[in-house]
Amino acid sequence: MASPRQDRTVARLLRLPPLLWLCAFFLLPFAITLKISLSEPATAIPPYFPVLDWQGGLDGWSSFLEALNFTNFLTLARDDLYQAATLGSLFYAGAATLLLVALGTPIAYALAQAPRRWQPLLVALVVVPFWTSFLIRIYAWIAILKQEGLLNLVLLKLGLIAHPLVILNTDAAVMIGLVYAYLPFMVLPLYAVMDRLDPALREAAADLGASPTRVFWTVTLPLSLPGIVAGAGLCFIPMVGEFVIPDLLGGSETLMLGRVLWSEFFSNRDWPLAAAVAVLLLAIVVGPVVLFRDSLRGGENRP
Amino acid sequence: MTVLTRSALILGLGFLYAPIAVLIVYSFNASNLVTVWGGLSTQWYAALFADGPLIAAAWVSLRVAILSSVIATALGTLAALAFERHGRFRGRSLLTGLVFGPMVMPEVMIGLSLLLMFIGIGLDRGIATIVIGHATFCTGFVAVVVSARLRGLDRSLEEAAADLGAGPWRVLTTVTLPLLTPAILAGALLAFTLSLDDLVIASFVSGPGATTLPMRLYSQVRLGVNPEINAASTLLVGLVSTAVLGASWLTARRTGDRP
Repeated sequence: MASPRQDRTVARLLRLPPLLWLCAFFLLPFAITLKISLSEPATAIPPYFPVLDWQGGLDGWSSFLEALNFTNFLTLARDDLYQAATLGSLFYAGAATLLLVALGTPIAYALAQAPRRWQPLLVALVVVPFWTSFLIRIYAWIAILKQEGLLNLVLLKLGLIAHPLVILNTDAAVMIGLVYAYLPFMVLPLYAVMDRLDPALREAAADLGASPTRVFWTVTLPLSLPGIVAGAGLCFIPMVGEFVIPDLLGGSETLMLGRVLWSEFFSNRDWPLAAAVAVLLLAIVVGPVVLFRDSLRGGENRP
Repeated sequence: MTVLTRSALILGLGFLYAPIAVLIVYSFNASNLVTVWGGLSTQWYAALFADGPLIAAAWVSLRVAILSSVIATALGTLAALAFERHGRFRGRSLLTGLVFGPMVMPEVMIGLSLLLMFIGIGLDRGIATIVIGHATFCTGFVAVVVSARLRGLDRSLEEAAADLGAGPWRVLTTVTLPLLTPAILAGALLAFTLSLDDLVIASFVSGPGATTLPMRLYSQVRLGVNPEINAASTLLVGLVSTAVLGASWLTARRTGDRP
């Protein structure tokens, strides 16, 4: 038998590399971002002030700390653009999550009801688009939604509309993109829960005279709530910071925090403000992450 | 199955696959207009292979994906072993947050903060910095896949080896790791595709001369629909779905599991 001491040494060796790597490339960068978000922009290299003077010793530290302030966060709170972007992020992500629950539930239910031997194939079919390039799947919608695109062509040919609809670069296009990209994230955790429901419960309700609709609403759906919560968390959290979808499918008035951060950094070169937007984004997602922690991990564990 | 559930399934899968199907069909369209069918043609594929910058970007992406998935697989497997086999230790919740945090954090945030650090320490940006970024956010995904398999593993095999006198290191390398191989490969494949697909983090941390395929595609996509991109997308979709279906078939056969 191995001695407990040997065991502990191995355990320590196992966790040291991931711990060191992630402290260096996840925790430390974030600490630096937090610090820069409290700095002021400057026309210098690096383009912010103050820069910590390591040689300055204790005096250097105190003058460094005194120069930090919350100006960027006050700007974020007062400026219309950032208010709109914050509300926009919450609105798009929230509305798309509701749509995803409405669309994902019947699909997950149908998957769970499908014949046993077909289920692995059907689940694989839901997963494959998730593996396919995100950028390409969003790009595909441009060809469909643009004014001389496929959707308008079909609708005109069918005589349903007289003039091509403007869909691309509107909120509707952003919604379609969000729902499309995140549908597998909603369906899979929901399916995992529905698949494990005891069929005897549904049969009992049916035997007692409940119609299939009533069985669904009063038995299946309430029991599937953990799956709905997991799916909603898995969709809402990344959607809040989404950049590609609003950028490619949205219009100039589609304001979301991820996009504002991008343009603040790449176009305006205001690093401290971009860093402050990143901190704000983190503050928004930290709540749901902590709230959904248990159900999220449950959902991730059975993809 | 009722008519209702069947139509939900057909509509749902149709919604997921229709845009991809449109891309594939139009990649063979001789006309470069979406609404005009100009006959069958492979001209866009020929144009694709003559597109030097695009091919160069594909090579950069491939190198980044290989390097970062190797690192992420090693780190993720170690983290999973620490969580599942050496349960309680000081700093467990810190490590949990560090491993799974990057999975849920917005990509713009990870990209920006890494870039600010790279500039702060004066590291030259290029392929190496993209590899670091991708390895960091892929580690959690590998850890999830490997942890799931570790939890399903029969512990009596490892205990038997220990009872027969194998030290913890020997148990790990001769019993646990071989049993984990399918999960480790699946995790590596997931990390590889995630890296191949990432636009946001790469855009932040890359430097001159290190343009990945998504970065190149994005700069062209912003200009509108382009049949050459349709051809590139079709190749990527074909490649990835073959790999995924192959991998799920392999793991299903080796472990008797559902894919």
